[in-house]
Amino acid sequence: MPVAWVLILSSFLFSVGIYGVLARRNAVLVLMSIELMLNAANINFVVFNLLLHSISYIGQVFALFIITIAAAELGVGLAIVILIFRNRSTVSIDEVSLMKW
Amino acid sequence: MRSVAWLIPVFPLLAFFLIVFFGKRMPRKGHEIGILAIAASLVVALGVFFQQIAHSDQVYERSVTWFRFGDGGRFVELGMHIDGLAAVMFVVVCTVSLLVQIYSTEYMRDDVRYTWYYACLSLFTGSMLNLVIANNLIQMLIGWEGVGVASYLLIGHWFEERANSNAGLKAFITTRIGDVGFMFGIFVLFWAAGSFNIAHITSVVASGGVARGTLTWAAILLFCGAIGKSAQVPLQVWLPDAMAGPTPVSALIHAATMVVAGVYLVARMYGVFHASPAALNEVAIIGAITMVMAAGLALVQDDIKKVLAYSTISQLAYMVAALGVGAYTASVFHIWTHAWFKALLFLGAGSVAHAVHSFSMNDMGGLRKQMPTTFKTYVIGSLALAGIFPLAGFWSKDDIINGAYHSARAGSSVGWFVFLAALLTAFLTAAYVARMVALTFYGKPRYDPEHVHPHESPKAMTIPLVFLAFMAIFSGFLGLPGKLNLFAGWVRFGDVEHSFNLALDAFSTVLALSGLYLGWTIFKLHRVNIDLAKSPLAWFYKLLQRRYYFDDLYFNGIVHPVAGPIARAAYWTNQKILDAVINFAGTATVALGRFVYRDIDQQIIDGGVNGLAQGAGAAGNGLKFWQTGNVQIYAAGLFVGIAVFVGVFLIRG
Repeated sequence: MPVAWVLILSSFLFSVGIYGVLARRNAVLVLMSIELMLNAANINFVVFNLLLHSISYIGQVFALFIITIAAAELGVGLAIVILIFRNRSTVSIDEVSLMKW
Repeated sequence: MRSVAWLIPVFPLLAFFLIVFFGKRMPRKGHEIGILAIAASLVVALGVFFQQIAHSDQVYERSVTWFRFGDGGRFVELGMHIDGLAAVMFVVVCTVSLLVQIYSTEYMRDDVRYTWYYACLSLFTGSMLNLVIANNLIQMLIGWEGVGVASYLLIGHWFEERANSNAGLKAFITTRIGDVGFMFGIFVLFWAAGSFNIAHITSVVASGGVARGTLTWAAILLFCGAIGKSAQVPLQVWLPDAMAGPTPVSALIHAATMVVAGVYLVARMYGVFHASPAALNEVAIIGAITMVMAAGLALVQDDIKKVLAYSTISQLAYMVAALGVGAYTASVFHIWTHAWFKALLFLGAGSVAHAVHSFSMNDMGGLRKQMPTTFKTYVIGSLALAGIFPLAGFWSKDDIINGAYHSARAGSSVGWFVFLAALLTAFLTAAYVARMVALTFYGKPRYDPEHVHPHESPKAMTIPLVFLAFMAIFSGFLGLPGKLNLFAGWVRFGDVEHSFNLALDAFSTVLALSGLYLGWTIFKLHRVNIDLAKSPLAWFYKLLQRRYYFDDLYFNGIVHPVAGPIARAAYWTNQKILDAVINFAGTATVALGRFVYRDIDQQIIDGGVNGLAQGAGAAGNGLKFWQTGNVQIYAAGLFVGIAVFVGVFLIRG
């Protein structure tokens, strides 16, 4: 399987993630889109490790770290979203644009 | 005893410091320290004196090096030079000082600065003794100046009154004029003889090591110091004013310290003077002029202390003139006798003033009954001063007249001048003495009997008087004629002088008696009733009243013309130059400050700071709209930025 296919997949995933982050109004969906972008990066790490025949599996190890960090980040992110929801009964990003002059 | 002679000046100088630091805490306010110290000095002085007269040919000299200077191993010593002259001076200074201090315990009782007074007396005596003992000119100068300082302090003792402090200043400044000469004389001698040591200088001079001209100048310069200290013409003006001090101080100044320092200087440096006839002649002429002028002034004074002051000037002039005509022993002998009877007269005058609270003879009269001891001793002192046989003054004064006569017979015209001046002075002296005694103790009382009740003074005052009267009678017997003249053996320069001339002595005695008779006739018996101010001699009376116009000359001729323009120039400089500079500096500083405040601080610095702040504020105002609070817009910016960077890197390879 050529590497290019895999890269095309990861690029597609990343782009979908960007779209989700920028365009979605629901905060939960924004967080999910961020996960898509992280996973696109994970695919790249793994496939380049295969491509370069690295025997130390650095790419895989990095992918594991990213998964861990992503879990932690999502935990914090969801907690924030829940708090916003409790206070304002909404999770729409447009309605929490309070941090301005 | 001579080996510890250095203790003589050390005791009183030590006492000075002890009194200054601890005097006020002592039970007797410090006078016990002063009296004890001077008594100790007197004991040593007597020991030195008797040892010295037993070995009168020896000079005892010891010294330690004080400090070295220059390249040629030059040095200044601290030392003692003890010969007959110094030994006699020790006894005179210590005894008179002791008596004065005892007398002062009563006279100065309850004085505001009693302790300080005793400290100054000790300093005065110590300085004088240091001057006497010195074996070199620098040490002598230190004593000399110490005496000057102490006299300034004591004359101005009651400085609350302006006249007293002015008198102190006058004494200090007038003698200082002479001191300049003295210092230059020291420098000239050091330059010529290469040493400050007096014995060394004398031996160099005796061996002809110094040119005649240099020697004359050195001697005249040294004599300038003596003129100032011993109040000779033309620097005699300070001595009468020095009467402003307490009377015991006057006694000390006039009898033992201060004024005889000038005569002592000439006697001590006689080797230098003797080698220069020109200088000796100058000394003799100054002395002769002074003795007559001062005796004339003493005739017209109303203040009893001023009579004595002018009398002192006149008697000092006797000593100076005697040195000038080569009568060395006679001069020192006169120091010796004069010290006793002049101290007696001053202390007697103090005793009288103590009783009538005035020094003016217009407030006295008829005191002989109320004050018998003072009266008797005063008359003895007066007769001794007048030179009546056989009192002390007779022997010393006639030695001087004989000395002048010898010099005159040897062909010296200056000798004749001194001789005639001395005879005239002997007459005048007797006249003013008679006037003084008549006005003070005889006639009708002129004091206010309502308020003044004269009484004999306490023991502490009369005992010194009695002792001094004893000395005024007997001290002259040391100088009996011929082989009996012990004094001439003790104190001499070269060969022993034996100058006794019966005819001459008889003549001078007749002169003195006629002077006494004249004074007595005019002032006691009023047989000759003349009003001097209206007589044909009025111009002369006026001249005496104005003190020969010396003070006027000095004040109008020197002090005011010098001080006036200097003061005016200083005022002008102050107003026109110093103030202008200061004012300009002030104005310029204000202008500069204003400029800095208005243009630099307000405009540039504050402008810069405010401008920055306003700029930042404006920028914030402009940029704040970018802050929408919408995280998706921020994220879009983030991604666009990354895309731009990635694009740039890709294009640049």
